[in-house]
Parts: sequence; structure tokens; C-alpha cells
Amino acid sequence: MPLTSVDRIQGELGQFHVTLREHPRYVDSQKCIACGECAQNCPERVPDELNEGINERKAIFLQYAQAVPLKYQIDADHCQKLRSGKCGICEKICPAGAIRFDDIERLISLWVGSIILAPGHRTFDPSGVRTWGYDVFPNVVTSIEFERYLASSGPTEGKLVRPSDGKEVKRLAFLQCVGSRDYNKASHGYCSSVCCMTSLKEAMIALDQVEGLEVSIFFMDMRTHGKGFERYYERARSRGVRFHRCRVHSLEPANEQGDIYFRFITDEGKQAHGEFDLVVLSVGMEPSRQGVALAESLGLHLSGDGFSVTSSFAPVRTSIPGIYICGTFSGPKDIPQSIIQASAAAAEAMIPLADARYSLTEQPESAPGRDIRGEETRIGVFICHCGSNVASVIDVEALAEYAATLPQVAHVERSLFACSEDSQQILRDLIVEKKLNRVVVAACTPRTHEHLFQETLKSAGLNEYLFEMANIRNQVSWVHAANPEAATAKARDILRMSVAKVALLEPLDPVTVTVNPQALVVGGGVAGMVAALGLAEQGFPVHLVEKSGQLGGNARHLFQTWRGEPIQDFVDQLVTRVKEHTLITVHMRGQVTQAEGFMGSYRSTITKPHCTTAMDHGVAIFAMGGQAYKPEEYSYGQSPRILTALEFDKLHLVGDERIKHGRDFVFIQCVGSRVPERPYCSRVCCTHSIQSAIALKDEEPGRNVYVLYRDIRSFGQREELYKKARELGVIFINYDLHQKPVVRVQDADLSVVAWDHVLHDPFSIRADVVVLAAAIVPHPEVRDLARIYRIPVDEDGFLQEAHVKLRPVDFASEGLFLAGLAHYPKPIEEVVSQALAAVARATTVLSNRRIELDSIKARVNEAACDACALCLDVCPYHAITMEPIADGEAKQRIRVNLTRCKGCGICQATCPKDAINVGGFTYRQLSAQVRAALS
Amino acid sequence: MLLEKVGSVMVVGGGIAGVQAALDLANSGYYVYLVERSGAIGGSMARLSKTYPTNDCSM
Repeated sequence: MPLTSVDRIQGELGQFHVTLREHPRYVDSQKCIACGECAQNCPERVPDELNEGINERKAIFLQYAQAVPLKYQIDADHCQKLRSGKCGICEKICPAGAIRFDDIERLISLWVGSIILAPGHRTFDPSGVRTWGYDVFPNVVTSIEFERYLASSGPTEGKLVRPSDGKEVKRLAFLQCVGSRDYNKASHGYCSSVCCMTSLKEAMIALDQVEGLEVSIFFMDMRTHGKGFERYYERARSRGVRFHRCRVHSLEPANEQGDIYFRFITDEGKQAHGEFDLVVLSVGMEPSRQGVALAESLGLHLSGDGFSVTSSFAPVRTSIPGIYICGTFSGPKDIPQSIIQASAAAAEAMIPLADARYSLTEQPESAPGRDIRGEETRIGVFICHCGSNVASVIDVEALAEYAATLPQVAHVERSLFACSEDSQQILRDLIVEKKLNRVVVAACTPRTHEHLFQETLKSAGLNEYLFEMANIRNQVSWVHAANPEAATAKARDILRMSVAKVALLEPLDPVTVTVNPQALVVGGGVAGMVAALGLAEQGFPVHLVEKSGQLGGNARHLFQTWRGEPIQDFVDQLVTRVKEHTLITVHMRGQVTQAEGFMGSYRSTITKPHCTTAMDHGVAIFAMGGQAYKPEEYSYGQSPRILTALEFDKLHLVGDERIKHGRDFVFIQCVGSRVPERPYCSRVCCTHSIQSAIALKDEEPGRNVYVLYRDIRSFGQREELYKKARELGVIFINYDLHQKPVVRVQDADLSVVAWDHVLHDPFSIRADVVVLAAAIVPHPEVRDLARIYRIPVDEDGFLQEAHVKLRPVDFASEGLFLAGLAHYPKPIEEVVSQALAAVARATTVLSNRRIELDSIKARVNEAACDACALCLDVCPYHAITMEPIADGEAKQRIRVNLTRCKGCGICQATCPKDAINVGGFTYRQLSAQVRAALS
Repeated sequence: MLLEKVGSVMVVGGGIAGVQAALDLANSGYYVYLVERSGAIGGSMARLSKTYPTNDCSM
């Protein structure tokens, strides 16, 4: 529901009554074909928000080229017709008759069971702060503006030129923490979490684009604490990006050419200065106005920063049952964290509504489509102009005339956008009216649009596999734009090939799997327990396998979250709920030793002392956890007063003498993290040490507490703790990987020698206790499980998700999900979010009785097959087996397990008898296509 | 007043978080109203050219 805002929310969980306000678009979405004629002719120019106002759009516009819905809208504040009654050009010119100047605002009333709020954030605006010079010097831009300069869809089409004079940028500087970690200029104390990586990314893309580009990044701490981020940082270093640990005070013009000058302090403590062609302000996030207004109208609790506040143990719940939140509304976070929270919010929203599942929607039923046996072949060809993408290069009229001459073509149709809603209706009608039984769409790429057209075929009662796409855009008009005649000839060739193939296509029967509603959860820590409860509460039986004799995992060793919430109470409650839930079976001291199957139908063998059981399940969630690294460095083990962070916590809690009477405490960060053997950040240790340092100071302000660190990574709102620690007098000393501190043990005395980077001299700190912030490493079970389920692990030994950005809880193998420390080190609220996210992702499978798979599968022609079994060995999915033709018969035949087969075609290429063929890609169909290409 | 729980969910905000939540719910048997203030979904991510650390296209 675009152009819609929330007016009022009333009611309670299960029955919310919502009033929405739909604002006028002034364009009929049903009719608009997004041809762009209106915008081309609109006389009114307006700064383009997508490009941060760098260039202009028109008063009638499309938000961006790939907008969903792909419909134009009129900006009433700038449209001449709406403002003064004059103009109206778009109405006259629109070929679809879609302009509606009389469009009005509508109120919509809805009943919903639960609500998810994801209003997002807004970008910090550095205008008005003179020292940054943002609105004074044209060559000072924000990181979002810079993003648009780098984008091929941006105002400069990806060419990196500077705003003032269009000169190519050769000297580029990024200033970090603009609008973040800054009470003076921005009144934002928090860290925006993403800007360090954003600048690194922008630096890397810029380096790809401009040869000889010099990039400098001015930062306070590099916060590359996410999965794969530290390696990215190292890559940026190795590509010559210069890093200066210095907050730049103010920018000045260097000369009249528009260059920017500023002074800074080098790592050696010397004053230096630099001149740059372009300076990028790495701007942070702020709460969005809409988000704050929404929260205030509902009475939700907001932090002083204006972000929504939640508990670490229920990170997407608000104070109102039935209303959940996700994304940057609850604090700055990057894309994978937002996606994890989104799925978590979906899980929370669906758990209490489990009884109402499918009360308003239906399970998709597979239908084979009309029986076309006995029909003469009638091919419909649809040629898409793709606006002007195709039509400006290819002679589409000539192509259509040519298509009509091809054998068995019964109808040819052209459309401006074959993918628009009205074109789908035309396609649907023509299939029925003209009795078409094969369809070719000559347009863009099947990667993005095949599914859409197949759905239309289905809705017209035609089997969706009686379809071919001829890619005359990506493969023709885009790459041969300079040669329209040759392009049109190539389009004819490609179309002829598609028509030749489609004529031989046969309907393919749907392949479905019955989904077993049980779930397997491996790991009985917080992640595993939250996941098990989330599924069981929706009515899905869960088998929870825990290797040890106790539930709780690593959380058993933790006492409080960074916000100070008591972890043990939470874990105890989880354990009780898990044990009491009738749908959860806990397999204590259990281990998965064997597994087979596919989404919807897995069988895993669980081995426990004295018994082994096989268990069928539709999905599995892996939450095997991590463990603390055991330090070999810093004299660990040589003194009872050199402790890991977890050891320190326990001794601190029980009031051990060493800590109670200690006066000098030294924390050493990055022990085992961010080193060549483990080039990743363990994400939680900075905050943990700071929290311990604060506790020590709170107890006894006279204590000396030192934190030796490389970069303090108190990301997000944790920054508040860092500030508090400094205020309490905790001394933070930076060290470099090449000059690590040395812990000296002399009899009963401990000292730590570190390097003073200003004086260039080593100095020694006496210590009563040295605390090592040891890394989090993957649990050894991760590797075993990965082998058993054939799922990947990354180079650090953590589970490798399907996509680090967009699919952070899925595996490439469907029906398997991950959560917790087995994925990457993370604090408890992120563990809970990810476990809930796994619940939502798993429910998308378990909520179906049957799941339809792709029908492109290998099928055996038994008349030609002599069961030579060559295909058995080559199948990478173990989908092909031999079995007796009938019980007791010696003669064997080949069987393909259609649910396992992925349609790769290796068997087809191997078979000497042409007896096994992949549907839609048989030799007959492919050779017809090749012959057509050569004719 | 209705007697039973309603099998639909409203998601407010059509950025990457709202879209993901809407998809998971719709794929699990709930009717979803995805409410977006602007003319198209996509949110902040639509402004990004590429995403770290894979440098994949943001679209």
C-alpha cells in the first residue's frame, strides 16, 4: 500500500483496528504502463530525492527505475496543474489515459491480528555546522551523496567527478563520525554502526573506478565488527587506502579551484595537513520523524536518542503485546541485522496468531493446466518494447512482422512493457481467445521476469512450462545499441530459436513434496531454546538435541547484558519453558551422527549414550554455538592473576580476593581476534571489558583501570558505556598489532609493557590483575554437522549463510537454517533475534502441507534405457538409483528421485542411449533451437 | 467486535526490514498489508549503489 500512512491504531493483540490514510497518486496505477512519456514532457523540474537533490526529476516521476510498484506519481507540491490549474500536458500525452488530477485522499479501515513497525531512520544532515563546510563548499558531500555519484543509476552515471567543476577526483578524503559519537556538533552520543564499513566500501568502489586515486580515511576507531568486515578492512589497507586516527576539526578552502584543505594529527602525534579534491562526510543515522511520531502516538518507550527501546531478551517486542518492531527504528544497524530483526518480528507476529493461519489466505495449490493433447500447436509471440530500452534500437515492427511468418505462430502482439499489469491481462485473454498453447515473450532476462510470465500462463490455465523467453534486451539492444540493423537481425535469430524450441515443449507435471511438520534444532543454548520454543508455540513438534548434559550453553557463563539485564534469570526461564513444553523433546547428551533428505523431508539419526534413534523432520535449525578462545599469549597460565574475561567475571561475582583487593587492573583487547590466524572481530569483547572496567571503578573509584585496545568497538548505543568509562577515569591506551603489549610475570608481581605512540617509548603498568578479552571461536561441533548436512563453513570455521547480506539465517540448501554464535560472534540480543528469525524462515516451510518444486527434472525413457547405470555415478545429488523392475525380478531399471534432482542435466549428457532427458531441455528441443540458429 | 484473532498483519514501512517481514508472514499463511509512506517500496537501500562486504548490487 504505497503513499499510505497510519492514522490510528486501536484494539489489542489478535484484533487491532487500523485506520490508514492513502494519499492521492494522481496516476491510475491500474492503467499506468510506466512508459515515461509524461515525465519526458513535464515542464516542472524538482530536485531528485533519490539522488539527494544532486540532479532533478520532474513533477510527475518514478521514484527510481526499479520502483515497486513501477507506477508514476505526481508531486502535488510542484505540479503546475494541481497548483494553478495550468499545464496538464501529462494528461494529454499519456497513452494509457492514466492521469487523474481529481484523485483524492482516502481513509482505509482494516482489522489485523498484529502489527510490525519498521519506519526506518533518516540520514544525519550536516548542514549548518560551519566547521564541516557542507553547505559552504560544493566539494564537501555526504556519504549518501557520494554513494549516488558512484552509482551507475546516479546523476553522473557512476563517473566520479566533483560537483564544483566536473573535474575527475584524484585526492579523496572521508571524515568519519559526522553526526555520530558527537555531542558537540550533533548532539548524538551513539555510534551509527555502519559508516566505517560504508566509507571502506565507497573507497574500494572509487578505487575501482579511478586509476591513481588517493584515498584517506580520518577516523577515531575503525568499527568493522561484522562478519567478513575485518577482511574487507585489511583489503582496503592493502589497496593503499590511508588511515589516520584523528578527528578533523574544520575544513577550509585550499584555493580558488575548489580544493579543500584541512589540518590533522598523524599517528606519531605530529601536525600535518592535506589538500583534497573531494571530501566525503560519513554521515550517521537518526530516528525518522515518522517513527518517532508513530511511537509517541502509541505510547512506546523511546530512548533519549529517539530510538525505540526493547529488552535484550525480547529484542523486537514493544511494551504493547501484538506490536513488534524491526530495523533501524530500534537503533542504528546494518542490512543483515535489519533483515534478521525483520524475520524475528515476523516470527513474533505469527506465533500468537498461529490459530488464524490461512484464515485469510489459501495454500497455493498446484495445477497441471489444461490438457493440450490433440491440440494443434498454436504459438503466441509477445514482443516487449521495454519502454525505449528495446524499441529505440531494434525495429520492433519489423520483428513482429517477421515473427508472424514463423511456423506455427498463431498470434503476435507488441507492448510497451510486457511486464505491466495490463499487459499480463492482455496475455491472459489472448491465450484463451486465440487458443494459444505455447508462448514466447521477447523481452528482457528470464532471471528476473520468467516467473511473472509463467504465473500469467498458469492463471490462463496453461502449463507454465510451455513458455520461452527471448532476451532481446540484455543480449541485443543493450549490447548492440550502436548498430540497430545488426541488432534487429540478431533479435530475429534469437526469436526464431525460441519459437523453434517452444513448439516442441511439453507440459511438465508439478513436483511436490509432503512437508513433515516436525523440526530438528541442534544446540540447547539460548539460540536453540528460543528457536525450539518459537516453533513449538505454533504447534510444530520440535526435537532439540544438546550435546552436553545441561541446557543453557554459553549463556550459563554470562551474568548481564550490556544494558545490565540479568542473563541467568532469562536462561532459567527458557530452560523451564523448554522442559515443560509438550511439543519439545529434548535429547540430552545427543549428537546427530547421520542425515539424509531434502526440504520438507529430512531424516536424521540422533545418537545418545546407549541409544540411537532416527527422526523425520521437515526443517532443521543449527545453533551449535561457539566457545571462548584459550589464550596462548600474554603469559596466560603463568599467573593466577592473568584471567580471561569469563574467568574474571566469575571471580568478580564471588568476591574473590584477587579482585576485591586489587588496585591496578589492565584489560587487553583483541586476544585471539583480529590476528592473522583469526582475522575477525569477536564483536562483544570491547563492550564487555568496558562494562567490567566501569564496575571496578564504581566499586572503588580509586582503582587504576587500563584498557589496552586497538579500536574500541562499542557500536550503536553501547557508545554510552565507553563515554561513561572515560568519565569515570578508565584509561584507554591504543596499541598496534605490530607492537602488542607484553605481560611480565616476576614472582608475584605482574606488569604490562605497552608502547606510548606519542613519546615513542615503551612504558610499564603495574597490575594486580590482567584481564584478557579472549576471542569467540566456533564450536568444534560446527564442522561435524556441516559435513553431515553438506552445508558450508567459512574460512574461520563458522557456518556460512546463503548470503551474508540478504539471507543471514538461511543456507543455500533449502529447509536448513542457522542461528547464534555458530554463525558469528554476537551479543545475546542478536542471538535471540537470529533464533526468532530462524523460526520465521522455518515456518515458511512448515506452514505448507506440500511444497511445489521446480518441474525441470530428469526423466527416464524406459523404452530406450538399458540400465547401464552410467548416470548413477555422475549425479551430484544422488538422485538416481537402480531398482528391480518388479519384486523378485533380477532385471533392474533406473529411477530418478524427483525431489532430489535439480535438473542439472549431467545425466542427460552422459547417457549413451539418449534415454534420460531433462524436461524443457531435451535433446530434441535443444537441437531444434540450434538448427533454428543455423538456418 | 470480532470474536476470533485476525489472520492478517500490518507491516508499517517498506524498507528492507518491512519487506522481509512481509514476505516471511505472507509465505507462512498470513495476509499482509505492507504500508509505505512514499510511492514505492525499497527504503534507504534503494539509494545505495552497492553493499559491503560483497560489493553486490543493492537493487
